[in-house]
Amino acid sequence: MVGIKSYGAYIPRYRMNHNTIFTAVGFLGTFPPPGENAIASHDEDSLSMAVAAGTDCLGDVNRETVDGLYLATTSQPYMVRQNSALIATALDLRSNMRTADFLGSVKSGTSALLSAFDAAKGEMSSNVLVCASDCRLSKPGSPQEYLYGDGAAALLVGDDDVVATFEGSYSVSYDFPDRWRASGERFEHAWEDRFIRDSGYGKFVPEVISGLLKRYNLNIKDFARIVYPGLYAREHGAIARRLGAEPDQLQETLLSTVGDTGSASPLMMLVAALEDAKPGDRILVASFGNGSDALFFRVTERIESITGRRAVKRHLNSKKELASYEKYLAFRNLAPMDLGMRGEMSIRTPMSALFRERKVVLALCGSKCKECGTPQYPYQRVCVNPDCGAIDRMEDYRFSDRQGVVFTYTGDNLAASIDPPSIYGLVDFDGGGRFWFDFTDCDLDSVKVGMPVEMTFRRRYVDESSGVHGYSWKAMPIRA
Amino acid sequence: MAEGIKDKVAIIGMGCTKFGELWDKSADDLMVDVFQECIEDAGIEKKDINAAWFGVHFEEQSVGKGATSMALALKLPFIPVTRTENFCATATEAFRGACYGVASGAYDIALALGVEKLKDTGYGGLPGGPGLMGTKNALIMPKLTAPGAFAMLATRYFAVYGLSPEEGKRMLAKVSAKSHYNGARNPKAHLRREVTEEQILSAPIIAWPLGLFDCCGVSDGAAAAIITRADMAKKFRPDPIRVKALQIAVSSGEELMYTKWDGAHVETGYRAGILAYKEAGIKNPREEISMAEVHDCFSITEAVTMEDLQFSARGRVREDIEAGRFNLDGPQPVQPDGGLKCFGHPIGASGLRMLYEMYKQLQGKAQLPERQIKNPKLGLTHNMGGFPAMNIVSVAIIGL
Repeated sequence: MVGIKSYGAYIPRYRMNHNTIFTAVGFLGTFPPPGENAIASHDEDSLSMAVAAGTDCLGDVNRETVDGLYLATTSQPYMVRQNSALIATALDLRSNMRTADFLGSVKSGTSALLSAFDAAKGEMSSNVLVCASDCRLSKPGSPQEYLYGDGAAALLVGDDDVVATFEGSYSVSYDFPDRWRASGERFEHAWEDRFIRDSGYGKFVPEVISGLLKRYNLNIKDFARIVYPGLYAREHGAIARRLGAEPDQLQETLLSTVGDTGSASPLMMLVAALEDAKPGDRILVASFGNGSDALFFRVTERIESITGRRAVKRHLNSKKELASYEKYLAFRNLAPMDLGMRGEMSIRTPMSALFRERKVVLALCGSKCKECGTPQYPYQRVCVNPDCGAIDRMEDYRFSDRQGVVFTYTGDNLAASIDPPSIYGLVDFDGGGRFWFDFTDCDLDSVKVGMPVEMTFRRRYVDESSGVHGYSWKAMPIRA
Repeated sequence: MAEGIKDKVAIIGMGCTKFGELWDKSADDLMVDVFQECIEDAGIEKKDINAAWFGVHFEEQSVGKGATSMALALKLPFIPVTRTENFCATATEAFRGACYGVASGAYDIALALGVEKLKDTGYGGLPGGPGLMGTKNALIMPKLTAPGAFAMLATRYFAVYGLSPEEGKRMLAKVSAKSHYNGARNPKAHLRREVTEEQILSAPIIAWPLGLFDCCGVSDGAAAAIITRADMAKKFRPDPIRVKALQIAVSSGEELMYTKWDGAHVETGYRAGILAYKEAGIKNPREEISMAEVHDCFSITEAVTMEDLQFSARGRVREDIEAGRFNLDGPQPVQPDGGLKCFGHPIGASGLRMLYEMYKQLQGKAQLPERQIKNPKLGLTHNMGGFPAMNIVSVAIIGL
């Protein structure tokens, strides 16, 4: 029986209170709903967050068993250069696999998930990792700025050892022009909120859920959890009432804690529901965006075997306030900031070298000497252990999922950074291996020699002159 | 067993420009200035030079690649000229090339000249750039600056030897205050003001835990030497200075990628010191080396170098610093000219600038009497290029 084998999520560390936005741009006449949004840091985007959610989801799953990776997003960094293939490389997955980007609608998260179930049901019985992630840019002062938050979810789909069986689905599709962004545009356009609420959200979600209930001859009361995104807090509850559901069946939205995470939104809420699910529970999930997809699941006994995920709950509680709206503008490159001439020197990415070194740069793979067992980063042909020195006796060794400790560090005020000081240092990995890395998601005062760290995939630079978004791994304090 | 270079070649002339933000001087100007002082000091003419070695690091900032820029600036008459580049040891590499050229018997008289024009960069600090460490490193290395890289040495030193940041920074402040005292008395230095420990400690942080006065200056400058066979040297002057040792050690990757290095010393510095002492026949460097110019790009680098060169015991340099051992009037003066701290660090020139100070001190010709060290026998110079975890160190020892 196909279903969900594992789940994970990612919420960035920074949260910005809606009042911070209002204080800065409230003069434009928008009013803040209560709450805060999760804000991707200056070195994060939808792609890096997808890798983080994927890492959380894979946990101790053998990565060799993953046969495909689908990315769902509306904020992909690359229009041409498959984002899912880059994510698969960063996660050190096999190359003989299927990758696909699901773009263009915030419904894409459920579209990707449905396609993954099709693949799992297919003759190859594929295990597909679905990553849904969005980091949408909203125009300063726009209503979307209060609404949108950044986050990602990941689900591993397959046909054995599932924690929730996939029981069925129902979809509706409309060319509903609530929001749109043409090719080459930076910001979305939106039609009037009341139109979106009354002609779209409040119509399609009930339609798709009713369609699903009818197709599978079910009653709304059959579900322990009903999951659909919260675009409008009051309408979110009203839809459930119209469907005849009780308030306690309704999965809490992330609107006031994370914000609307677009493609990731229904999947993040599904992950949150799975975190609390008990064997036998039925869960109904619907998306919203140019129509809607509804899917339903039945939770199995294996749900209790999933441990160690940060998923939604732990990520929600691990946060730091971003109190400066100006800093947020700088993070998003929404205000031209002076990094000095040192910061103007852009890297010209040698693409052929990047491809050759993709496992080193994007997957944080080094090598381990088969003679002396020394792990070393980056990949070496000649063993770095002075008492060994064996040549070409190496096997691949992945550092991305290993923890380490800070060997030494600094906070550099001279290095060009949008978020100075630039903190970096040397990391000694548990089990061996040492290298220097940028540190992220930390404050200089909190960094100490000997402090445990983990690795996180981040956007390293954006070279606008050549259209390159460069990525690599950074170290960060172990996130609670 | 190789014989080494001890007493085979001698320096018969040297030159050093004033270092500083020389907005009105080009690299060519600096080369011509220093060349004149150098051949005048040696008492030779241009036509006497058989071969030349030319050191410059950031060629893209000033002179371009290759050796033609020096040959053209000085109008060297179709002689062999070799350009050297090896990070901050660039000038010492030029000197090494010239010494080996003469020692081999290939040439009788050779010129070593190093120059760097840093102040056409457009911003403070050394020129940056992603390509500095090669293509792969550009994709995976943090964007290290020099202060950041050496701040990590200080962080680690403090951690390994249990110094609080206050104790560590106080120790480093004494290092910089001493160099400023010396630099203030040197007409060729760039920064010629004494500063107090309190000023040093209250300066803005550049890269934690290093503050502004823990960092050396950034300047333009050039220095040069004329080398000849030791047996010919007295024909040119009564007080030639002999080369006793010339060594260089380069990181193997062990410090950065293996986990044995303690991060609180510079392994190459220790290794190059051992090699140089062996070549020069020195048993006890703390007693036998009269004075030194070491690579104080940052205060912590000088402190750690005292231990690497075995002037101080491991982890004990603080006691020697507090006792004033390395002061101008101490038993083992270090940075008598003010060091990189006060000269700044035009990379291609620094190694020869250090040799210039040792050469003048050994000859008893420090410009002002209050700068002159009493009867020095052996002078040591030390350059360290790169980062503490991955670098090049050169050590030269010269004497009468």
